[in-house]
Amino acid sequence: MINPSERLSAPLPRRRFVEVLLSGGFLATAAAFFYPVLRYLIPPKASDLGADSVVAGRVGELKPNSGKIFRFGNRPGLLIRTADGQYRAMSATCTHLSCTVQYRDDLHEVWCACHNGMYDLNGRNISGPPPRPLESYEVQVRGEEIFVRRRREA
Amino acid sequence: MNPLPKLRQWLDERFEWDDLIAPLREKAVPLHRLSYWYFLGGITLFLFVIQVLTGILLLLYYRPGANEAFESVQYIMTQVQFGWLIRSVHSWSANLMIFTAFAHMFSVLFLKAYRKPRELTWVSGVILLFLVMGFGFSGYLLPWNTLAFFATKVGTEITGQVPIVGKPMMIFLRGGEEVTGATLTRFFGFHVAVLPGLATLLILVHVLLVQRLGISVPPKLEVEWTANPSVKREMKFFPNFLLRELMAWYVALGVLGALAAIFPWNLGVKADPFVPAPAGIKPEWYFLFMFQTLKLIPPKVWFIDGEILGVLAFGVIGLLWLLLPFFESDHPSRTKRWITGVAIFALAYVAGMTVYGHFAK
Repeated sequence: MINPSERLSAPLPRRRFVEVLLSGGFLATAAAFFYPVLRYLIPPKASDLGADSVVAGRVGELKPNSGKIFRFGNRPGLLIRTADGQYRAMSATCTHLSCTVQYRDDLHEVWCACHNGMYDLNGRNISGPPPRPLESYEVQVRGEEIFVRRRREA
Repeated sequence: MNPLPKLRQWLDERFEWDDLIAPLREKAVPLHRLSYWYFLGGITLFLFVIQVLTGILLLLYYRPGANEAFESVQYIMTQVQFGWLIRSVHSWSANLMIFTAFAHMFSVLFLKAYRKPRELTWVSGVILLFLVMGFGFSGYLLPWNTLAFFATKVGTEITGQVPIVGKPMMIFLRGGEEVTGATLTRFFGFHVAVLPGLATLLILVHVLLVQRLGISVPPKLEVEWTANPSVKREMKFFPNFLLRELMAWYVALGVLGALAAIFPWNLGVKADPFVPAPAGIKPEWYFLFMFQTLKLIPPKVWFIDGEILGVLAFGVIGLLWLLLPFFESDHPSRTKRWITGVAIFALAYVAGMTVYGHFAK
């Protein structure tokens, strides 16, 4: 005599087995599709053209109390000649929302047009929204060329 | 002999055409003194169709890429016959569409058309509004001019402020750490493939819901009309309302053509990552209210960064906005007054901040 509950439950494990196999298979297929797609969406790391030292300009190119943007690797840098003739260099990427800053000869300060951020000639944030100072660089005049290099970590 | 009845019979025999258009025959639009506001959704749809058509035309000459995009738009505007007009219509229509979408949303809000059973129509509509703003943001970069370059830089940087997911999202949007030609390629893909696909799908859902549920009546009238059905007034959708809607489209087309021809959209200066951001730089007007708010929040609120606080606040408000119908009462006689209050405040805030942002230094 077969127990009716046994008869009912008998086909179930087999069905369950097929279900697990199928759904597991589908999940694995989905993972095999989506994993490469997700990885594809993330851009490859661009090689940082992080030159440690670049020629930012030539002597005589900048009048006192003016500034220019130079390429420092793949980011912009700002070279300033102060009113008394000294050279200063710093990153030109505003620490607030990454706009490119400029030298204001009327204020003798560094200004970001996007949200009115101000930095002094050493790159210190003095007013407006910028949360941090601009990274300042070392300037060396060698012959006719003005070299700018990252400051070594102390 | 008129071939139309024959054609209709032919279609009917093949896929029961008459049954398919039967609901359209029954469809009616409630008539009352605020019925004019029902035109706005249709006008937005019309402008979307204009966007698709002019967008396809621009694709014939536009080339994405940091070294080609600006030049190709310049080519469209100076060499291609009527190229300036097509681009101008595309830009103006985009701006008008965002405006009518906002106006449509606020009219739905004030007429309380989002109430049960139309919650999903509202949800799909708000998502469509977000998509439309995505269209605006991605399309703005495509000419690769200075304004667009910095707007994209700031916009994606703001995304990057969101805790945890922000940075990866920013890199995903930019196609790298910086805004470069890779960003342009991505935005082009979003603008001409991803967003149009999503928007078309959602528009279908949105319009289908409107067809299924019929057009909403303001709660006060609904109570009145239910109590006394003899005062109920309606207009047949087909052809009466549709013909009026077509006239509204015709007016919209006239306004669009005039704006595009009299004030052609300019191109600006080619983007250069190595020049400073120009003075007086601002986002497009439909982002101004958020931009101005972010500007007013102090750099540090308690111990949280002001920018992060602002971005999170807008995120939460956006989500609540999406779910707004679920806070409303099911009964037309007991609608929530505070929702109307919120709607008035939101409209005043958005309009006020936009004007303030426009004139602020």
